[in-house]
Amino acid sequence: MNNPYFDFLMWVRGPGFNIALVILVAGLLLRVIEILLLGRKRDFAKPKGNPVGQGIRTIFTRSVARKGMVREAPVTYVAGYVFHLGFFIAFLFLGAHIALVKSLIGLSWPDFNKALVESAAALAVIAAIALGYTRATDPVRRALTKFDDWLVLTLSVLPLVTGYIAVNRVFGVDATLWMAIHILTAEALMVAFPFTKLMHAVTFALARYYNGSIQGRKGAES
Amino acid sequence: MTATLERGLSALREQIDAPVASFFTSCVSCGLCAEACLFYKETGDPKYTPIHKLEPMRRMWENEFTLIGRVKSMLGLGKPVDDALLTEWETLVYDSCTLCGRCTLICPVGNDIALMVRKLREGMSASGHGPVELNAAAVRHTEGTSPMGNLSKALEARVKQAEALTGLDIALDKEGVDYLLLLSSHEIAAGPEMIEAVAKIMDKAGKSWTISTEGFEATNVGIQLGNRDVAANLVSRIVNAAEKLKVKTVISPECGHAFQAVRWEGPNLIGREYKFEVRHIIEVLDQFRAEGLLKVNGEKDHAKITFHDPCQVARRGGVIQEPRNLLNLVADNFVETDNAGAMNWCCSGGGGVGANQRANEIQEKAFGRKKKQIQAVGPDKIVTMCSFCHTTLEDQLEINNMDDIEVASLTEMMAEYLAE
Repeated sequence: MNNPYFDFLMWVRGPGFNIALVILVAGLLLRVIEILLLGRKRDFAKPKGNPVGQGIRTIFTRSVARKGMVREAPVTYVAGYVFHLGFFIAFLFLGAHIALVKSLIGLSWPDFNKALVESAAALAVIAAIALGYTRATDPVRRALTKFDDWLVLTLSVLPLVTGYIAVNRVFGVDATLWMAIHILTAEALMVAFPFTKLMHAVTFALARYYNGSIQGRKGAES
Repeated sequence: MTATLERGLSALREQIDAPVASFFTSCVSCGLCAEACLFYKETGDPKYTPIHKLEPMRRMWENEFTLIGRVKSMLGLGKPVDDALLTEWETLVYDSCTLCGRCTLICPVGNDIALMVRKLREGMSASGHGPVELNAAAVRHTEGTSPMGNLSKALEARVKQAEALTGLDIALDKEGVDYLLLLSSHEIAAGPEMIEAVAKIMDKAGKSWTISTEGFEATNVGIQLGNRDVAANLVSRIVNAAEKLKVKTVISPECGHAFQAVRWEGPNLIGREYKFEVRHIIEVLDQFRAEGLLKVNGEKDHAKITFHDPCQVARRGGVIQEPRNLLNLVADNFVETDNAGAMNWCCSGGGGVGANQRANEIQEKAFGRKKKQIQAVGPDKIVTMCSFCHTTLEDQLEINNMDDIEVASLTEMMAEYLAE
């Protein structure tokens, strides 16, 4: 009954989570406003295509790899897709996560069964290891990699691993302690989000929109 | 800090806007842009990764346009953008990027990398890091009428030759006509063929046209060098000529970067909309075809023909279907290359690379991509719609002992098959 980790769990679920949420939301707003305030000059060239329409379309269509490209960098593409899909399934379709979102903003949706969510999480972890491997060994990626890249990869994987351990009590660990650790790793991800490349999860939409609208004005593909 | 460096940094600072900030914020250094780049693919050297070519600009953005970067800079932890860095990056920015924009189309987060290289060149050239040949061409064109110097006399001679060859009158500086034809200095230097072709096509289409002696050169070294002042001056000569002659449409010739300069960057360089339209010559010819104004004689070229899409006209200009509509009228053995259209491989000479001697060696290597693409088809003839691609292909094919392959201009080819 008297679990020594109970207070720790209560802290991460309460004040800890609130602090992380405030940093995430405020930081995100700040970073996005910092970008948008830069603005862009009006384009006087008479459009041939539809800049706005194509910009919006490109936010979605750029998710699909161009023909022939997967063959050029199979690990990055395949592991990239698997990681993102796995992460989002684990994040958005676990019953406990949906309950949390409901308590925060009142929205909810049907959950996936536990086996599916856990398989997705496991695949995402394997994919992240593959991404880390090409980052360490491939000359192009190694040359581009900074501390930030490793930090982001690690922070994204930790909640998946700790969540799995906590839910399944792997190696007979203490569920309370590991649930607290799991929540803490998620909070670390939230706190780091606005200040690292995790920002791409939001700004990709802006980047794709601009790319699509620039090409779209010219009636060119994007 | 020297005055020159300061000028360069301020020119670069001006280029950083919301798109650039969202591009750098979104980059997860996945390295996929390398797979789209002819320079990386042919050398395997990671320094040619497109996003890496932007390091000086990325640093400025981080130091001055992000919260964390500003804090870091205040604590003296930011890596500065200095002359040493810009010197180191000179060859990456000018010699090993043709602004072809394949990377722009494959970046998963949607970064327009080619646009950013174009922008970075503004800072590079203002800080004295532009290649000598491009600087010299900018001076020649600013002082004369073309990057090759003063071509006014040559133009008049070519027009006379074309008149003799066609038996048609070609009026210079004629007011109120339908079309104002621009030319690239390459076309003027090469011979009267392009003027001859346009004269024949316009005559059959029943359209009036002219060439202005005050603004005939379409190429714009300011775009390749990255110097807005030079670029704006050169564009305004064309704008003034077109508005003075009250033409409805200005025809951008078979030249890739000229199309970008006149059609897409021009209005922004002069800060207002044009009072006329600008269309690439192939867009005009395809419109003639659709309206029944361009009739061919029904004969076909039986050679095995393939088409080379110039980056700035096709991928970055949206003119992809038009040349195919035309080519199919006059060729019966037209074979597409792999990657044809929006993802075509660059000829290796664009973006100022072909004019920059220091880049000769790396350019020859990078042409390997194009070479493989051509070899897979094994054509008798390559047709294109950019005179610089045209020249580059001829030169590089010769270096590779492949000059049994003919290179041809689509406009000139259409004129050959006109119905009598």
